[in-house]
Amino acid sequence: MKDSFVAEAPRPGAARQEVNRAADKPQESSRQDAMRPDSARRDTQAMTPRVDVLEDATGITVVADMPGVSKDSLEIKVENDALSIEGPVSASAPQAMEATYAEVRIPRYRRSFTLSRELDSSRIEAQLKDGVLRLRIPKHEQARPQRISVKVG
Amino acid sequence: MFASMMTYPGLFGDFDRLRRELDELSGWAGLPTSIRSTAPGAFPAINIGNTATSVEIYAFAPGIDPKQIDLTIDRGVLSISGERPSGLPLEDDKVNVYGNERFAGPFRRAISLPDDIDSTKVEANYRDGVLHISVSRRESAPPKRITVQ
Repeated sequence: MKDSFVAEAPRPGAARQEVNRAADKPQESSRQDAMRPDSARRDTQAMTPRVDVLEDATGITVVADMPGVSKDSLEIKVENDALSIEGPVSASAPQAMEATYAEVRIPRYRRSFTLSRELDSSRIEAQLKDGVLRLRIPKHEQARPQRISVKVG
Repeated sequence: MFASMMTYPGLFGDFDRLRRELDELSGWAGLPTSIRSTAPGAFPAINIGNTATSVEIYAFAPGIDPKQIDLTIDRGVLSISGERPSGLPLEDDKVNVYGNERFAGPFRRAISLPDDIDSTKVEANYRDGVLHISVSRRESAPPKRITVQ
């Protein structure tokens, strides 16, 4: 098992790697990262997983693509009003493999969301299947829309 | 009308120019690429590695029924194709959709394999949304040592 294979592959224009790296940075570090202390940010670059966000009357569903992340290594955290999802990409690569081409170069996903007050972060449900994470964030009972009936007097 | 659009390309023209300039800066432009390469962000993302005895291909294709993935090797070209269902509800006014970044629809990617592969010895596994294809190389092709005289 070799976790780092995704980071080793040369890319076209390897001679200009330094420039590449500089050009990659703004894309990889999210806005949330900028708020974290320097030490926490520097050692772990991460890709931003693609998400769909849906809202219905009872809550919000977040669907995130995190291929290569296993159930055990996935981390879902809620701190105050920030929900963050993070997980390493692990793929079983043979020991002696030499990476020749790579579109996935950073073996980690990370993304954070700011929750709003009507969401109940204590009852979040998570389900990970085939690399797709499904988070269900219910709304507080009293925050659900109420139909107000108009009486005709 | 079209001439004026060419002269003042507007917002989208600016984005396109910016993208091309970034491409040039990062060294992508001008270098030879694979004839089957696609635009960045294509689904599924692919990583390829070599060992002495095999070619290892990883396709990052989350949320797909493995039975629906169509894998073929034809004259040294491996194709991965299939269709990814949309996770979004159909025309339902009770659901608001905010982010819609995930790929949905039919996909196809092709990879040209080295000459020494044995297309009868292919293994494919799907785990955690990653399709791992291992194609064996023919045994008759170990690296040859050449003596310098």
